[in-house]
Amino acid sequence: MQRNLFSYIWRHSRREQIVILGLVVLAQIFYFLSLSVPKSIVNNGISGNAFKDAPTVQMLSITIPVPRFIGRDIHLFDGFTADQLTYLVIMSFVFLGAVIINGQFRKSINTQKGRMGERMLRRLRYELYDRILRFPAAHFRKVKQAELATMIKDEVEPLGGFIGDAFVQPMFLGGQALTAIVFILMQNWILSLVVIVLLAVQMMIVPRLRKPVLVLGRQRQLSARLLAGRIAETADGVNEIHIHGSSNYERADISERLGHIFRIRFELYNKKFVAKFWNNILSQATPFAIYLLGGYFAITGKMDVGAVVGVLLAYKDLPGPIKELIDWDQQRQDVQIKYEQVIDQFQPEGMMPPELQTMPDGPPPPLGHELVLAGVTVTEDGRVKQLDAVSLVVPTDAKIAVIGASSSGKDVLGQVLARLVLPNGGSIKIDGKDFLQLPEYLLGSRLGYIGQETYLFPQSVRDNLLFGLKHRPISPAKYEGDVAAARELFWLEAARSGNPALDPNADWIDYELAGATGPADLLPCMVHALQQVELDDDIYSLGLRGAIDAALRPDLAEKILKARHTLHERLKDQKNAGLIETFDADKYNKNLSVAENLLFGTSVGTDFDGDNLAANPYVQTVLLKTGLDKDLLSMGLSIAETMVELFSGLSPDNPLFEQYSFISADELPNVRLLLQRLGGKGVEAVPPSDQARLMTLPLRYIEARHRLGLIDGAMEDRLLAARRAFAENLPANLRGSVEFYDFDQYNSAATLLDNILFGRVVYGQAQSESRIRALLTDVLAELHLRDSVIEVGLEYNVGVAGRRLPATQRQKLGIARALIKRPQFLIVNEAVAVFDGRTQDRMRDNILAAADGRGVVWIASRPGQSEPFKRIVVMQSGKVVEQGSPEELAAKGKVYAELMSSA
Amino acid sequence: MNLNEEVELLKGVPIFAKIEPAKLKLLAFTSERMNFAVGQELCHQGDPGDAMYVILGGVADILIDSSAGQIRVAELKRNDFVGEISVLCDVPRTATVMAREQLNTLKISRDTLYRMCEEVPQMAIEMMRELAHRLEDTNKKLQAATRAAA
Repeated sequence: MQRNLFSYIWRHSRREQIVILGLVVLAQIFYFLSLSVPKSIVNNGISGNAFKDAPTVQMLSITIPVPRFIGRDIHLFDGFTADQLTYLVIMSFVFLGAVIINGQFRKSINTQKGRMGERMLRRLRYELYDRILRFPAAHFRKVKQAELATMIKDEVEPLGGFIGDAFVQPMFLGGQALTAIVFILMQNWILSLVVIVLLAVQMMIVPRLRKPVLVLGRQRQLSARLLAGRIAETADGVNEIHIHGSSNYERADISERLGHIFRIRFELYNKKFVAKFWNNILSQATPFAIYLLGGYFAITGKMDVGAVVGVLLAYKDLPGPIKELIDWDQQRQDVQIKYEQVIDQFQPEGMMPPELQTMPDGPPPPLGHELVLAGVTVTEDGRVKQLDAVSLVVPTDAKIAVIGASSSGKDVLGQVLARLVLPNGGSIKIDGKDFLQLPEYLLGSRLGYIGQETYLFPQSVRDNLLFGLKHRPISPAKYEGDVAAARELFWLEAARSGNPALDPNADWIDYELAGATGPADLLPCMVHALQQVELDDDIYSLGLRGAIDAALRPDLAEKILKARHTLHERLKDQKNAGLIETFDADKYNKNLSVAENLLFGTSVGTDFDGDNLAANPYVQTVLLKTGLDKDLLSMGLSIAETMVELFSGLSPDNPLFEQYSFISADELPNVRLLLQRLGGKGVEAVPPSDQARLMTLPLRYIEARHRLGLIDGAMEDRLLAARRAFAENLPANLRGSVEFYDFDQYNSAATLLDNILFGRVVYGQAQSESRIRALLTDVLAELHLRDSVIEVGLEYNVGVAGRRLPATQRQKLGIARALIKRPQFLIVNEAVAVFDGRTQDRMRDNILAAADGRGVVWIASRPGQSEPFKRIVVMQSGKVVEQGSPEELAAKGKVYAELMSSA
Repeated sequence: MNLNEEVELLKGVPIFAKIEPAKLKLLAFTSERMNFAVGQELCHQGDPGDAMYVILGGVADILIDSSAGQIRVAELKRNDFVGEISVLCDVPRTATVMAREQLNTLKISRDTLYRMCEEVPQMAIEMMRELAHRLEDTNKKLQAATRAAA
């Protein structure tokens, strides 16, 4: 990238710049017209100056007024005769026309400038991002991600505004200033020399005054970038801060930084206003000189008064453009500095050449048969040798284990084989070709790598699982009609900004790589990969807790309904009786809370969600109408009495409060006072201000769980009546806020699990959860729904960096991501260390079975893991010290024997 | 069965006999009612344990694994409690407890038990007394067994 912003802008936007310049020149004609017409309207149309001698005049002779020092006015059209009124009307419309055309020009120019600026900004941002993708891996250990983001997002932003004016502004202003100077020159050369000298002084001194402002501006930019990096650090290390109780040290640090930024910014204000002050003084120095010298010349008769006035008049047009030119120059330096500071951060040593990231135009070729490492050396910052002249032959279809102590360099070897670390010396050849020059897509599709930690993108499990299959668009996305045309324009615009016309909506999944033929049979491949890493059960559980929209997946909703029916058939069996209390519109459900019984459906949105239910005006009218408000109040009173009785003696910080009490420890004394005031007088005596609070208490009450005996048969009937009243009179605007339970309807608001159960697992039955679970698994397996449930689970969003999954599941998903593309050559770099001992060995056997007939390099976290391998490489201090079959090594390998005995 | 009836039942359990009713009610409220069908296990020998059970109705067998299979060493009936060893000492379950007939229990989790003991020291003392009785009983049996062996 050019270090000079101007050559960068010129190179990518010269055509647009020239067009805009032409438009600016053309616009001047109409600008002058819109200035000259009002004069004619006032003088001739209204005052009637031209009609003093004759009733009619020749009008609409179009004249372009040219400043007198350039030449004569240009007559374009001789016009026609008109009386005064006609003249006024016509000239007024001419004025209107000129104003409109002038406005159109202005609009067009500004739009074009803006578009050009935005295009350049887009191009610049894209190029910077493109560079991030080609940074050497080691560079990411030095830069902070938040700083990169700030640079691309914020720091290049002002450039967009400047680019539109980069060439047009100086030309235009320069032209204006030059004509004014020429005119002054024509009046008196001595005076004009003085003016020119003073202007030159001004143009020399003002930028110099502004120099410190620019320096401070640079500091401000850097300090803001560091602040962004620091804030990101706090977010990343927030657990450390809490665990070590060091939040105040962090506060000290941030306060120090903010103080530093304050100093820079305040200094900036100071310097800015000092520069402004001198700028004003200097710009007044020229009229001062004209008055003094011109006056002197006039008095001494060396120059006539008219000429002095002429100079002054010409000078009137000069300070404006000059000041703007100086401002423009200031802005230019400012953005140039910003640009340089950003660019410098984006050219680290050892960037990957763009050719390595070309996009393939067909299926990737095979990798090759044999990797030959010769004298490969890796040093960290030129100091410690992590790999020391390693020479090794690795057939890409062999299964090899690499063992060694933790600092033996075995993990670095794994990274070198995956090209994550580039050697500082030596060579790696694959079938005689330079391994380091292979295109990335070839490695991406033929070579698998699993490291100790897995990064997951904040997308669905499915997106993460298929991430390694997306090397090129396999089939384009289909667009029709207007959308297709809009997409064409979109790509055209992308090309204009030097962005690639690639479509993320296209189907990028390389089905062949996964062993599928298309979208239809991809699911079994995904399930198989999940099974290989023993993640299928977890994703299945996620699927049960996921929801689908019956409108989008009618087939699946239908099948889930079938599962519901089958399950409930099974529940009729004697041995399963009483596990679930089914949702029955005509029965009070003792295992649901009072609120859930009233709603008798799944809440959608927030209207009826949790505590909102009691506050909802419609719910309140229903309660009032059915008289249930009194019932709830007396239940609330009863609960309050029980809570006061149970929890009064407890210390307020006892966790039992939070776990079991309906009333918080803070509120309990108030409730006790209220009860004392009531003195057993009952519901009628409760003051209205306390009614709402008491009424909400029973909403969370579950008869089967809390066992306070509040809901008898009569109360059940009244609650059922309220349930019916609620459903029958539900206003149209709230219809969408609840999806009622209906045995024959799929409930899109509820999870798959709740849809199948269609009831609540009862409280107080031993092992009811696990028994239901087993029953459910049976039913789903019988109906061949297990894969479909997994498919729903695959839509689960894994959260930022996959944190919504436990670490072991993240790692399993990372392994599955590598396995699903069935790599020809797989490097497993201590990737199972996160699992417990037995799981480690099982995972190893699963991975080896998955890679049957293909190559695996297994960097073992424990030497014992090398047990099933026929070839073992032993490393020590960055060197390969022994290699061979286990038998050979057992016979003569000293380091091998040591490692194996310690395992 | 609601809370008040449970409290009446708990009053009959020796370790809870001297505890004031309000605290018993709190214990019942913070504990879970759990029913077991015939053949279901309350706990399994060797598993980690996090709760103790008070038998409110029904009979259960205490079974211990041996080389000859499970042998029944004792039975539990109404007002007995079981499972306290795992909860107090944080060791795996020392025996399997299986419902012989429909069993009705109160399941007290470790956290609840600890917190109740903090709030109601009387309960801790009563439990100590009961455990001491059991120890004495075991000692007697041990002596008898040693004598028989000698």
